[in-house]
Amino acid sequence: MGSQGGFYQSKEFLDLVKSIGEARSKAEEDRIVLNEIDTLKRRISEPDIPKRKMKEYIIRLVYIEMLGHDASFGYIHAVKMTHDDSLLVKRTGYLAVTLFLNEDHDLIILIVNTIQKDLKSDNYLVVCAALNAVCKLINEETIPAVLPQVVELLAHPKEAVRKKAVMALHRFYQKSPSSVSHLISNFRKRLSDNDPGVMGATLCPLFDLITQDVNSYKDLVISFVSILKQVAERRLSKAYDYHQMPAPFIQIKLLKILALLGSGDKQASENMYTVVGDIFRKCDSSSNIGNAVLYECICCVSSIYPNPKLLDSAADVISTFLKSDSHNLKYMGIDALGRLIKISPEIAEQHQLAVIDCLEDPDDTLKRKTFELLYKMTKSTNVDVIVDRMIDYMISINDNHYKTEIASRCVELAEQFAPSNQWFILTMNKVFEHAGDLVNIKVAHNLMRLIAEGFGEDDDNADSKLRSSAVESYLRILGEPNLPSVFLQVICWVLGEYGTADGMFSASDITGKLCDVAEAYSSDETVKAYAVTALMKIYAFEIAAGRKVDMLPECQSLMEELLASHSTDLQQRAYELQAVIGLDTHTVECIMPSDASCEDIEVDKDLSFLNGYIQEAIEKGAQPYIPESERSGVLNMGNFRNQDHHEPSHGLRFEAYELPKPAVQSRIPQAVPPSTEIVPVPEPMYPSEIYQTPTPSNPSNAGSTELKLRLDGVQKKWGRPTYTPETSTSTSTSQKTVNGAAQVEGASTVNSTRETYASRKPQVEISHEKQKLAASLFGGSSKPEKRPATGHKVSKASSHVVEKSHVPKSSKEVASEKTAPAQPPPDLLDLGEPTDTSTAPSLDPFTQLEGLLDTTQVASAANGATAASSSPDVMALYADTPIGIHNKDDTDLLSGLSNPSVTNVPGATAKPQITQSSGKGPNPKGSLEKDALVRQMGVNPSSQNPNLFKDLLG
Amino acid sequence: MGIRFILMVNKQGQTRLAQYYEWLTLEERRALEGEIVRKCLARNEQQCSFVEHRNYKIVYRRYASLFFLVGVDNDENELAILEFIHLLVETMDRHFGNVCELDIMFHLEKAHFMLEEMVMNGSVVETSKANILSPIQLMEKAS
Repeated sequence: MGSQGGFYQSKEFLDLVKSIGEARSKAEEDRIVLNEIDTLKRRISEPDIPKRKMKEYIIRLVYIEMLGHDASFGYIHAVKMTHDDSLLVKRTGYLAVTLFLNEDHDLIILIVNTIQKDLKSDNYLVVCAALNAVCKLINEETIPAVLPQVVELLAHPKEAVRKKAVMALHRFYQKSPSSVSHLISNFRKRLSDNDPGVMGATLCPLFDLITQDVNSYKDLVISFVSILKQVAERRLSKAYDYHQMPAPFIQIKLLKILALLGSGDKQASENMYTVVGDIFRKCDSSSNIGNAVLYECICCVSSIYPNPKLLDSAADVISTFLKSDSHNLKYMGIDALGRLIKISPEIAEQHQLAVIDCLEDPDDTLKRKTFELLYKMTKSTNVDVIVDRMIDYMISINDNHYKTEIASRCVELAEQFAPSNQWFILTMNKVFEHAGDLVNIKVAHNLMRLIAEGFGEDDDNADSKLRSSAVESYLRILGEPNLPSVFLQVICWVLGEYGTADGMFSASDITGKLCDVAEAYSSDETVKAYAVTALMKIYAFEIAAGRKVDMLPECQSLMEELLASHSTDLQQRAYELQAVIGLDTHTVECIMPSDASCEDIEVDKDLSFLNGYIQEAIEKGAQPYIPESERSGVLNMGNFRNQDHHEPSHGLRFEAYELPKPAVQSRIPQAVPPSTEIVPVPEPMYPSEIYQTPTPSNPSNAGSTELKLRLDGVQKKWGRPTYTPETSTSTSTSQKTVNGAAQVEGASTVNSTRETYASRKPQVEISHEKQKLAASLFGGSSKPEKRPATGHKVSKASSHVVEKSHVPKSSKEVASEKTAPAQPPPDLLDLGEPTDTSTAPSLDPFTQLEGLLDTTQVASAANGATAASSSPDVMALYADTPIGIHNKDDTDLLSGLSNPSVTNVPGATAKPQITQSSGKGPNPKGSLEKDALVRQMGVNPSSQNPNLFKDLLG
Repeated sequence: MGIRFILMVNKQGQTRLAQYYEWLTLEERRALEGEIVRKCLARNEQQCSFVEHRNYKIVYRRYASLFFLVGVDNDENELAILEFIHLLVETMDRHFGNVCELDIMFHLEKAHFMLEEMVMNGSVVETSKANILSPIQLMEKAS
């Protein structure tokens, strides 16, 4: 066996490993490790430790860190060990250092010297050890210290050294491309190295380089193609074969490179067709590795300039993947389909049922991959189904990272393809409700704008319908507990702006709800602020409409609370509200115009509306206003004592400040009296803001209300604090949305397919649901001209189901026939948009959509149910894991997992080749021998953990 | 980058080997190992050997009591990584003879040496078993 030999191990070490191996809980393991730390701390700094012993100590340190404890007390000893003469000890030292230290650690500086020396060693294994360390420990600053030597080693007679030197250079390129930019040609040179290992390694840096800059490497296409051809024709040494495949890992890397080089380049791609076609033919699709290469071929084919023959081969492989029982292959198939679909969208149709199976699979990995595919094939015709599915899934998961991702995808798809604005709002509601805290605030602003701007056409009726349906849906949603803050902000804003607009709800309905919100989410100041502003708008609209305002008691108490709030913002808003309520109709109309959130606010920078007053004042003898910039000149004119300050206006002034005062005073008193009416106290610090308070040229009530009005104006900017800034920031997105919506609107004619679709749905059985889903997902994916074939397609799909599910044929076919003729009529009628996207304006679009949503939820219920039924199992396992770790309760945790795997050890995933290539079956004898050997060395393995002796390759 | 880390973890969730190709602190490693091990151990044999985790994927394979977990970037060929794991196990098997968990534990540094030959900078650089094992055999002879 020879595994002992020079790799000396003491009984102490064996005992340690054994006890770690037999530890049945994390706590027990931690105890062992802490004990070990104590021992090592004492021992490792003793003088004159023999090398072998030291090497063992270092490996024990590696164990300590691997098991999650700090071993920094021993780092320096690992560093020292790299100086050793013995190769094994040195390499162990390097290994430990690369595991312990990152490239910016202070100790690295002590190693650079050793590395430099070792790179010059006569023993190529020492050089290799140093190059390994170079790849891990050299940072941008230390590159120059080793670069010349590394470059020299590229021509080393030993292939192992050349290979590692290439990788070291690759590392430098990753760390700091500029440091090796003049050495790039070396990679090209090494590509033609005699040794396949060196050539294979060179593909790594070349792949990175080509990713960065494709065009500089087009000349290498021929070389890569010929290398790939040679590899595929088994010209490389047999040593690189893996399960009868010639150098599959090199093939895969080459295919990746070709995919980059051939992308969008017809000429380059034509060079590749033959060899890729050959590989398609030669690959053994019964082995994992063969399929790995085939998958890479598909990636390549879908990236390079399309070739019909290759696309056909790719499609064939995809269908074998999808039909396979192996989840791994299905996963690869779905991924490959997502790539190919960009080039030949029609390929998805034949796999629709397989895709839906994957979508409904309890395996999360597969499901997510399928969602990725759906995301890629979303169109305006299937967006509703896909987004519904996504939202259902989003609701069902807890993983925040993925939840955020899928929520933003939903938003993106909805913005891009929304069939109608109502649908968009409903969809957004769902996204906000369930992932509101995870989506970008901009999405909320977009939604508010959409509601405010409406369809982007001048159809006021439709706009107000949209708004009242939004209001209605929000009032309902407010009943749900724990809504996300962002969503509540949207709700408050919309309720404030449009809550009473259509007269369906009275002011007290809306204000009551708003008060509830402020109360229920009292810790969220932003939401409260939105709610108060919304209240103010509602009351303002009431006053403007000439109705009497009765503040609800809860509203009054809310105001009382807020008037004394610690938040100045809330307090301010409360005071403003109070002020607005006290105003007369006309004023309120001016400051809070109804539905004016989209109006541009014109800021009159010249303050021209004040001209009248100024004129009047000047006529009465006031001095004209002199801008600050010119004022120093005035001062100088009036005050010759300050003349010396004229020039160094930015310099330090050592004189006291009293002096200028009389001059200023002398000027202002004259100007002030006439202007007091408008601006009572001229504070030179904020002149613009005060003038801006546009008190809309309303001299009549400038008296008592004056002060309060000014407050409103300054702080609130017309009472729409959130909206105003947002209009400017995200106009571009809105433009897109509007365009998208308009497009759909234009294309779709009045269409009742939707209706039939909805009404028919409930009567269909489950497998039929699947076809339905398939039809709605894939039906629209083909070009509209192909449309009339849908009915046919559906029936074809259903016959698939018949074969698949072994359901009595007759009933099935009746069902499928029922749908098949049912579909054509609408098809014949509408030549425009294929399915169900239009808004049927005759009906209330909102309720209709809701009905649809409900049915689709039913449709997905099956899916949800499977997910739900399986998730407890998963959770149980989750829950068990830590318990298992902590409680020495091994069997319990593993009862579910271990049994199958013990019986068919690598069976399910590993292939028959293992036994062929390794030539070994399960070998109890070998295990026994090992057991005996360990005993011989004085360690008594208890039978506690027999797994430790179990052959990995059974 | 390609490969971000390679872990060997037994079915009790105890780490048997850990090699990272991007720097993580001790705490980060501990948290990551805990998270992904829990995720992977909870899966059954029929499910995919791939798990998405944050912004990368884990490809894993089980041999007897030991799980081999490889964290890879999203554009990596999962099946190829799955076979890379098998190649690693075959290589260890050739060296140790009927390799078992205890072999890796007793010869942790050797297992690392093999990995050092096979993977550099997060890329697979050597797949010939003879080339992978020859430095180790030479070192054994020398000492």
